[in-house]
Amino acid sequence: MEELIRKSYPVAQADYVSAGHASADIKRTLKQLGVGGDVLRRVAVASYEVELNLVIHSLGGELTLRVLPDQVELISADCGPGIPDISMAMREGFSTANDEARSLGFGAGMGLPNMKRNADTFDIQSTVGVGTTITMGFALPS
Amino acid sequence: MTVHDLALAISARNLTPEVDDSKEITCAYTCDLLSWVMSHGEEGMAWVTVQTHMNVIAVAVLADMACVVLPEEIDMEEESLKKAIDEGMCVLSSPLTGYEICGVLHAHQVPAHA
Repeated sequence: MEELIRKSYPVAQADYVSAGHASADIKRTLKQLGVGGDVLRRVAVASYEVELNLVIHSLGGELTLRVLPDQVELISADCGPGIPDISMAMREGFSTANDEARSLGFGAGMGLPNMKRNADTFDIQSTVGVGTTITMGFALPS
Repeated sequence: MTVHDLALAISARNLTPEVDDSKEITCAYTCDLLSWVMSHGEEGMAWVTVQTHMNVIAVAVLADMACVVLPEEIDMEEESLKKAIDEGMCVLSSPLTGYEICGVLHAHQVPAHA
């Protein structure tokens, strides 16, 4: 299907100062395209959660926004360390966040479940030592 | 009630006077775990928290909240306030405790959910 927009944002490990920049730009970009209401809010929440996950848990990665005629897609791809047990990571309240992340109020173990709740489609693939890819889709009203 | 009305009701200082404070508050919440707030944040929410770093503003903006409320005269870092002003997010600081602020919100019939 024809891709209307594709934007990628590098996200660095432990960069809490810039955290949220990619999500803010994604929200701005979608607003300019006329995406609003519930879809915009759900994309904003999920993009921030996934961006923060890259900052807190990954060795660095990239967040990509794709806008297709019928849906918005967010793809997060990192270069490790990978998730050993995805079903455990998907549980509300389970977190492996470090003390720095926790001191800032992160690490409640809500990130992945919250992404899944907000997205219309959610897929997570992870290989320890290689990396994690999360793909989320948000249907656009016709 | 508007953000301006809330500021008066809790004797708060508006740390972002540049930002429009006529936004309507539709619901309220208190929590200091940002990832928890991300999953419960709602549009028009007044969010009471002791956290003051930049990510607080990012969360409030992404959830389209009405304002961030700091209890017990807590100040916010310059950087965070600059971001708040850039993003049009009101930040109030009240001498009341978080408990008292929530009590005032409740007395003004601000619900937990919009």
